[in-house]
Amino acid sequence: MSGLELCGLRVRFGVGRKALCAVDGVDLHVPTGTVVGLVGESGSGKTTLAKAVVGLAPVSDGRILLDGQVLAPGRGRSVIRRRRSVQLVFQDPYSSLNPRMRVGESIAEAIRAADASSRSEQAAEVRRLLELVSLEPDHALLLPRRLSGGQRQRAALARALAARPSLLIADEMTSALDVSVQGTVLNLVRDIQRRLGLSMLFISHNLAVVRYMADVIAVMYCGQLVEIAPTEELTYQPRHPYTRELVASVPGLRSAGADAQALADAGSPLFEAEPADPHHPPDGCRFHPRCPIGPVRHAGRDMCRQADPMTAAADRPHKVACFFAEPSSHESR
Amino acid sequence: MTPDRQRSAWAGALRTPTGAAAAVLLVLVALVAIVAPVALHGAASRVDVAAVNKGVSASHWLGTDGLGRDVLARTLVATRLSLELALLATAIGTVTGVALGALPTVLGRNAGRLVSGLINLLVAFPGLLLAIFLVVIFGVGERGAVLAIGLASAPSFARFTEPLAASVAHSDYVAAARLLGVRRHRITTRHVLPNVAEPLLILATIAVGSALLAFAGLSFLGFGVQPPAYDWGQMLNSGLPDIYINPAAALAPGIAVVIAGVAFNFFGEAAASVAGVRVEQKWIVPHRRADLTARDGQPAGTPDVGAAGAPVLRVDGLTVAFPSPAGPVTPVTDVSFDLDAGQITGLVGESGSGKSLTAAGIGGLVPHPGTAWARRLELAGIELQQLPEARRKAVLGTGLATVFQDPMSALNPALRVGGQLAEVGEVHYGMTRRAALKRAVERLHAVRISAPERRARQYPQEFSGGMRQRAVIGMGLMGEPALILADEPTTGLDVAVQRQVLDLLRQACTDRRAAVLLISHDISVVATLARRVLVMYGGRIVEDLPARSLLAGAAHPYTRALVASVPDMAADRGQPLATIPGRPPDPAAPPSGCAFHPRCPLADARCGTERPSLEPSPSGGRVACWHPRLSAGHKAPAAGSAGKGVPG
Repeated sequence: MSGLELCGLRVRFGVGRKALCAVDGVDLHVPTGTVVGLVGESGSGKTTLAKAVVGLAPVSDGRILLDGQVLAPGRGRSVIRRRRSVQLVFQDPYSSLNPRMRVGESIAEAIRAADASSRSEQAAEVRRLLELVSLEPDHALLLPRRLSGGQRQRAALARALAARPSLLIADEMTSALDVSVQGTVLNLVRDIQRRLGLSMLFISHNLAVVRYMADVIAVMYCGQLVEIAPTEELTYQPRHPYTRELVASVPGLRSAGADAQALADAGSPLFEAEPADPHHPPDGCRFHPRCPIGPVRHAGRDMCRQADPMTAAADRPHKVACFFAEPSSHESR
Repeated sequence: MTPDRQRSAWAGALRTPTGAAAAVLLVLVALVAIVAPVALHGAASRVDVAAVNKGVSASHWLGTDGLGRDVLARTLVATRLSLELALLATAIGTVTGVALGALPTVLGRNAGRLVSGLINLLVAFPGLLLAIFLVVIFGVGERGAVLAIGLASAPSFARFTEPLAASVAHSDYVAAARLLGVRRHRITTRHVLPNVAEPLLILATIAVGSALLAFAGLSFLGFGVQPPAYDWGQMLNSGLPDIYINPAAALAPGIAVVIAGVAFNFFGEAAASVAGVRVEQKWIVPHRRADLTARDGQPAGTPDVGAAGAPVLRVDGLTVAFPSPAGPVTPVTDVSFDLDAGQITGLVGESGSGKSLTAAGIGGLVPHPGTAWARRLELAGIELQQLPEARRKAVLGTGLATVFQDPMSALNPALRVGGQLAEVGEVHYGMTRRAALKRAVERLHAVRISAPERRARQYPQEFSGGMRQRAVIGMGLMGEPALILADEPTTGLDVAVQRQVLDLLRQACTDRRAAVLLISHDISVVATLARRVLVMYGGRIVEDLPARSLLAGAAHPYTRALVASVPDMAADRGQPLATIPGRPPDPAAPPSGCAFHPRCPLADARCGTERPSLEPSPSGGRVACWHPRLSAGHKAPAAGSAGKGVPG
């Protein structure tokens, strides 16, 4: 299969009682040329998953394949070279560029690491990349501190593209930016992704942003993927109760001014119970203590406390890890 | 920092007494080191048996030594060798130490631990002892002493380098370089070392002083420079036996060591202060506006929550100014608004628009050296600016609650959460410890923290991000605040947690009739909660409108552009997002006329010269624009280069 494939990926930190399974059995496919969005609350394991793919976090179990070739587990030169075709754009543009290296040098370094080319070829490539991310050629001569947040993020993108990746991972790429700047960066990333035919894993806690960028959205909760579906389907007909809460929680301008209306369903367990502690995930379905359609609200749904819905999820076309998922039409129970 | 500013920082450092003294001394020492051996070589080595161990005289200003040689000439000539050896030793120490300290970040985990263990062990040895031990190994003499002192100073450099290098090695840019396949040694030389160089160079400068002293010590003990060569330590050695006959022969080299050592130490200090100046700029504190303090004070009452009709907060002409070399900069200029009880008002703007400083100006929290003043600043009918400091603090302490983006800035990590909430009750409301703790648990429950008794005994780091923010809101609700200032309270939180926090604010507002000022860069967050929205741009309010008008009835082109740039769940995925071209104005150099005109699609000549004032708009709010969109039905050209107008 082409593109990125995660098969039963597990990332475990520590041992014994302090052990933490940040990513727990994730199966995900990012086909070539598509954008897969990954949403979930902080601590759900999104960033760890990204780090595992690029080799910054240890894979304890499972496999990562890129275009059929193993990225992890594995060591040695060939794997490391292969990993170069996966590049990560970090969240904070203020810490992801070396403050003492000119923007052009940072990008040139990435080119040099890829292949030995002459100085003039490198300079031409730096110019091309800067142009690609809509920066001026003069920006190559500046230190990062002279750039605005949006410009830095574009420089970081140019550096990632210098490695000519086939897969780009954007981890909360616009979270540190102003909303007015965010649009420019998102438009640019989408444009570049289409022009270069890149595969992309777009990670964000902001569902509205992910919806705008992604073809397919995967929802992560407590280290597991609880729902994967094409973007339109997932946002208009979310089936997992957690996804439904996420969709409902997105602040929008359409309900503006209706402050009399309660924002949250006052009795919803999602807002009463605390987020699951990844050190001690609940038995059964990990979402059950917070689930509005689970055993907290509905007597007789005790299976949620015991059985893990993950196992059956793989067989469903619209993958959803819930025993009582909404049917595909949008009717309430 | 720009090169200019860096230059001025150095110039500033040279004007301080330490900097000036260091510069003068260093130049003197360097001159002597260069000139003396050439000019005074003859005088220093001329043996005069007739004038052995003579005291101070006209021909020998500091007398002569045991072979009748001129002590002053010898002291001056010895400068070069003493300095050379000290510099060489420091160079050896720095290079070895930095290499050793950088090793743990280059090596793998286990080898790295071994090296840092070794460094810790070496640091435990006293430096001079180590040097004497090493000099025995390397052999007595110049070369042995240089190696010994250099290597003996290496552990402290290594100890200093290690955490610096480790913090850089964990930075995102090093991770990015690793992903790109940049080799380890290149990461060390291009990424890690340049970013730790500055403090290390300062340390090295100071270390030269210590090396001078250590060298003098070794030579004095006879381990260092051997006759006929001589440095200051060796001169001390040969001068000391005759100290009662000619004290100058022993004192002169001693004083020379002190002067040179002090020169390097001072220079290191001055360099450190320049490095430190980089973060904070030099401000000139202006005088507070006289007319405010001159006004008569009125007796202050207790804040009366929700007094009938009167606004909870009245801000009239609030200006926040920071001094700068080019004159005062005002990131907040002439901001006026009222907040009513039981109402949530949103304040939106890009970063740098002055929204947070507006809140700081209201709460008296403008960071030094900024100042805030207003024509009127009334909380629950009390003019805050005329109150004596203690009284003002008391009024703000009971009448105002603040919630910031980072809850950890409001919570002390070393104290239990319950105790921190209780403290508010004790300090501001005179409650007993017991009653305050009981109230704290109640409030934690009110902000929907489960098992509040248990949670109250926990420390902030045991709370999740959303829980901390709720605890801070609970802290604000320990009393009955008339006003809640919430500055980006949900930025960085997930949507579900965000909704929880926003919901709490709404509840506080309706249940307790508090006025809430909700500040955010995200207009969609503000729109979900607020009834009214203030839009700030370039330090001024440019529009004040009902939240329900945001989507269709915004009159200011900036408000419309801001609304259009937010991706929401209904945005057309086939279209590019609308953007606002250009950059926000620099408060230090605001554009003439309307601050938005360089980015505005509707701007004409008038916009560039005349600033529009805030006038009533048809939407029921106020707008500062020469070309406001007058009605919701009227189709105005959309803002934004990407060509997408307001959705809907």
